Amino acid sequence: MTQLTFTLKQALTHSLDCSPLTPDLLKGLSISQIGAIKLSNQLVSELFEINGDDTENIVFKNSGQYFDNVGKNMTLGSITLECDAGAYLGFGLKNASIHCKGNAQAFAACNMVSGLLKIDGNTGDFLGGASPGLRKGMRGGTVIVKGNAGDRVGDQMRRGLILIEGNVGDYCASRMIAGTIGVLGNVGEYACFNMKRGTLLLAKLPKLHATIQDCGTHTLPFLNLMFKSFKPFNTQFSNIETKRVQRFVGDAACSGNGEILLISHSS
Amino acid sequence: MIINGVQIDETFAEAFNMRGTRVIITAQNLKWAYHAANAMTGFATSVIGCGVEAGIEREMTEDETPDGRPGVSILMFAMGSKVLMQQLETRMGQCILTCPTAAAFSGIDSDEKINLGKNLRFFGDGFQTSKLISAKRYWRVPVMDGEFLCEETTGMVRAIGGGNFLILATSQPAALAAAEAAITAMKKIPNVIMPFPGGVVRSGSKVGSKYKTMFASTNDAFCPTLKGATNTELSPEIESVMEIVIDGMGFEDIAESMRVGIQAICDLGEASGVKRISAGNYGGKLGPHHFKLHEIMSGVAK
Repeated sequence: MTQLTFTLKQALTHSLDCSPLTPDLLKGLSISQIGAIKLSNQLVSELFEINGDDTENIVFKNSGQYFDNVGKNMTLGSITLECDAGAYLGFGLKNASIHCKGNAQAFAACNMVSGLLKIDGNTGDFLGGASPGLRKGMRGGTVIVKGNAGDRVGDQMRRGLILIEGNVGDYCASRMIAGTIGVLGNVGEYACFNMKRGTLLLAKLPKLHATIQDCGTHTLPFLNLMFKSFKPFNTQFSNIETKRVQRFVGDAACSGNGEILLISHSS
Repeated sequence: MIINGVQIDETFAEAFNMRGTRVIITAQNLKWAYHAANAMTGFATSVIGCGVEAGIEREMTEDETPDGRPGVSILMFAMGSKVLMQQLETRMGQCILTCPTAAAFSGIDSDEKINLGKNLRFFGDGFQTSKLISAKRYWRVPVMDGEFLCEETTGMVRAIGGGNFLILATSQPAALAAAEAAITAMKKIPNVIMPFPGGVVRSGSKVGSKYKTMFASTNDAFCPTLKGATNTELSPEIESVMEIVIDGMGFEDIAESMRVGIQAICDLGEASGVKRISAGNYGGKLGPHHFKLHEIMSGVAK
């Protein structure tokens, strides 16, 4: 079996809901049956050149920022995007993996339950957040971003791990309920705004608001466990060797018990 | 059967079903890991009076432990899951939580889970935090030396307790020296512990007593000072008997530890003062697991 490849024939000028093109929904379908599926009132066969037959291993080529809902509620197999992705990449992802080799728009990993989402480029706002109307964001799984992320990373995040090698915007870990977010680059303003619990692991200290309290510098044995768990993901986080961190707790404005762990560069 | 001048009785050790678990204790260094582990496995020689039988299985290097610090693994056995759970939580709270720099982790995977730090977390009074790392939940409880780190649960498995053998020697020093040699060899075997002090029991018991309130009493048939006063199992030259009791995760583990222990004694030779190796049983009517000494020493025990 060869991977099922969708190659976009012509550049899009409008958003395309790609949620029907997941391993779950394509399982057992022939190429002609797949070609007959309608996306935004257009047949898949009109939009894409379709090759291969392995519905559990899907590849999008010539993809772009208008490819919304790629991998929505997917529970098996893998999707690889050779280029960019639109909004809601990996929405509700569960026990499956998505690899976007370009950039992704807002709401990536929104409502994600488990599995792995890897973005080689940048991504927009609300990474790992909750979709509008819901009160819990990402509930599990791992998200790796090699580039930068926008505002509100992990907004209302409930569980899981987000590792960002680049910078993030404002309100990182806002209203976070639990889980872990790691950022190696710069962090915008109002980090941990209304944070309840969870961990924000940082390499650089951002400007913090008054309700985030400094608890001093400590050596925490649990960091060994956490850093060990980062190793399989092949990120720059694997290079962290210290167990010494400066701990900030908050957000006191909501009696929060979340924490910022600032990686200490002194041993 | 005679090995190197030591007689191996044609008898068997009778053992029972138990529930067992393994806990990994780590600390800043081995010294403090041992402090924690020794406290946790203290007063855990026999289920008769202690609730559980526990012991240190082995040392673990930094590469083997979950948090990359030196540690030891502990095995703990009880007659039932409820007692095991109660004892584990009590001992964790009083011996590991209290010990400077100590942390505790599950040492065994199983479908059946029992609490390790699940309830200890409440000591944190709301300041405790949990971390779900690689599908395992850990609790970080703030304490005065920093943080107490503990995995939420550990596995519980079916195990066997009460494997044993008796060392019959011409003097007390000879019996003890042989027992020490056996324990040294047996400690290299994984999945077993010898829960008594130094791994050795001097007060082997029989079921029942002349006193109504006692359900176990001294094993008079093997007491050398009663040779003329009771139905003795001892020949005139035997002056001391020591017992080694083994609890383990499986039949093969216990059989192997018995084999290396007995072999270590036999290697000392007849000149060491050891005359016989025997075993304790209840006629085969109480325990489902029979460790036949001749089969074990022939390498065919199943």
